[in-house]
Amino acid sequence: MNIIVCIKQVPAKDAPLSIAGNWIRESDIGFEMNEPDSYALEEALRLKEKHGGEVIALSMGPERVKQTIKEALAKGADRGIHIADDKFAQLDPLGSAKSLAAAINQQKHDLVLTGLQSDDHGFGQTGVLLAGILDVPHATIIMAIEVDGQTMKLKRELEAGWFQHIECPLPAVLSIQSGINKVRYATLKGIMAAKKKEIVTIAPESLGVSAEPTQRVERIYVPTKTKKTEFLSGTPKEVAGKLVEKLKFEARVI
Amino acid sequence: MKILVIAEQRQGKWNNTSFETLAAAQQIAKDTSSMVSALVIGKGIAGLAGELAAKNVAEVLLVEHDLLEAYTPDGYCVALSQAVGSAKPDLVLFPHTYQVRDFAPKLAAMSGKGMIGDCIGYRNEGGKLVFVRQMFQGKTAADVTFQGGAPWFASFQAGAFRADLVVAHPSGKAPVNVVSVALKPEQIRTKPLDLFKEAKSAVDLTQAPLIVAIGRGIKAPENIPQAEALAKALGGEIAASRPICDEGWLPMERQIGSSGQTVAPKLYLALGISGAIQHVVGMKGARTIVAINKDQNAPIFEIADYGVVGDIFEIMPALTEALQKAK
Repeated sequence: MNIIVCIKQVPAKDAPLSIAGNWIRESDIGFEMNEPDSYALEEALRLKEKHGGEVIALSMGPERVKQTIKEALAKGADRGIHIADDKFAQLDPLGSAKSLAAAINQQKHDLVLTGLQSDDHGFGQTGVLLAGILDVPHATIIMAIEVDGQTMKLKRELEAGWFQHIECPLPAVLSIQSGINKVRYATLKGIMAAKKKEIVTIAPESLGVSAEPTQRVERIYVPTKTKKTEFLSGTPKEVAGKLVEKLKFEARVI
Repeated sequence: MKILVIAEQRQGKWNNTSFETLAAAQQIAKDTSSMVSALVIGKGIAGLAGELAAKNVAEVLLVEHDLLEAYTPDGYCVALSQAVGSAKPDLVLFPHTYQVRDFAPKLAAMSGKGMIGDCIGYRNEGGKLVFVRQMFQGKTAADVTFQGGAPWFASFQAGAFRADLVVAHPSGKAPVNVVSVALKPEQIRTKPLDLFKEAKSAVDLTQAPLIVAIGRGIKAPENIPQAEALAKALGGEIAASRPICDEGWLPMERQIGSSGQTVAPKLYLALGISGAIQHVVGMKGARTIVAINKDQNAPIFEIADYGVVGDIFEIMPALTEALQKAK
C-alpha cells in the first residue's frame, strides 16, 4: 500500500507573530510540522507497518520546509517530495491543492492522507479539494481506518459526540482527525537513517498548473475586542483573593 | 445579487446553525439590496422545506432523491452542482458544519470557484463583500475577498450570527420549488453505514454550572491534580480543550469545543487555554469567563470577563486556597 501524506510546515505554536500585510514576518520565528498533519503521518506509518508499501512525505513551501520533510523521514517515511514554492503562503486553497495533486499524480499511490486543517491559514480544504481534482472518493475527520483489500472501513467523527462508519474504496483521500493515534517521536536511529533517504525537489512551474486565485487574503490583523476584560494583577495570592471577591460579589457566580 | 443558503438537515432534523446562516444571508441581502433563497436537500423533507418557506426568502428550493436519503459527499456534490447551476446564485452560503467541510470546497471547485470557509462576519465595502475569518488559531483575523466571477461560496461559523434574528416571511409563505436532479448509484463511491455514539458518558458537562477547563498550558498529566483540586474547591467539573483529550490526559467526554461538548455554564475558568476557535465555539456562551494564561495576547482574553496574565502553576494553588477560605 503506497501512501502519500501531505504535510505543511507552519509557524511554531508559541512563536510571537508579527503581522506584515496579509502574512507574518517570517524572519524571527521558528517553524514546525503542522500538528494535525503529524497525526496523518503517524496513521500512514501504522498502515504501512500493517500492510507494507511505502510512505511518501509531500510538502510545499520555501527551502525551510525541507526540515519538516526530514522530520517525517526520521519518523519512518520512506522518501520525501518538496514542491519548492516561495510564494506558497500566498496561494489560495484551490491553488495549493492543484499543485499538490499534480505532484501526487506523478507517484504510484493507493491512498493520500492529510491532516484536518493547518494551524496557520486553517482553511481545512486541502483533502476535499485533492479528492475532487484527483477524481477519487474521500472522507474527512477520520478516527479509524481498517483496510480490507481494495476497501476501507472508516470511522468518521460527526458533531456533538456522534460518529459514523463508512465504506470507501481505494484509491482515496482521507483527512485525519487529530487524536486518532498517539504520535511517535523520531528515534536517533530514525534520524540517522533519514540522512540516506531521498528528498526530490520539484519546481512548481514544472507541474504545469495554472492557478488563477479564487480568493485572496487582503490583510490580517489582531482582532478587535468585543468584550471588556478586567485584568487582575498582583502576587498570585493577591490575584486569587481579588478573583474570588469579583466572582462572589460582582459576577455573583459562586 | 442572488444569495442561496444551503440549509443542513440530518434524518429530518435541522442543524440549527442553518438558521444562523439564513440570518447572515438576510442581513447581507439588506446591506446589498439582494435577494435570499434557501435550499434543503435530502429525501422525505417536504416538511422541512415548508418550515424554511415561513422565513423571509424569495423561494425555497427542494432537492430530493432516493440516493440523497443519507449524506454522502459524492451525492451532495453531484446534486447540488446541478441545483446551483440552475438557480444561478451569485453567493452560496453554508453553515460551517462538519458536513459542509466534507463537501462544500469540492462543490465550489467543480465550477472552478473557491470557498471562503469558517467566516465570522462580513463587511460591505462599497458593494464589494469582504469576509472576515480567523487565522493562526484565532490569534489573528483576516479580511478575505473573492477573486473572479460568481458564484462565490462561503460558510459561517457557528455562533457568528443569531438564529433568533431570522426574519419571518411578511405574507405567510414563500413558494417551494422542486428541483429535480439526475443522480446514479455508481456516482456515489462511499457507502454510509451506521450512525452511533460512543459509550454513554458518565458526566454531563452541559448541565454543570461551574467548569474549570485546562489547556496546553497544563504541560503534563502530573499537573492535572492541581486543576482538579481547584475544581473541587470551586464545586465544579473539570474539562479540557481538545489537545488534552487527544493526549489521553482526560477522557474525551470532558472535551469542550466544536468536536466535543458545547457548554454555557455560570462560570468558565480557562487555565492555560489559548482560545483556539475550535475551543471557543464550545464555551463562549458561558455567563462569566475567567482566563488565566501566561501569554497576554492569547485569544482567550478576547472573550474573558476577568483576565489574569500569569503562571497557572502559581495561581492555581493560591486560588484553591482562597476558594476554600471563602466557603
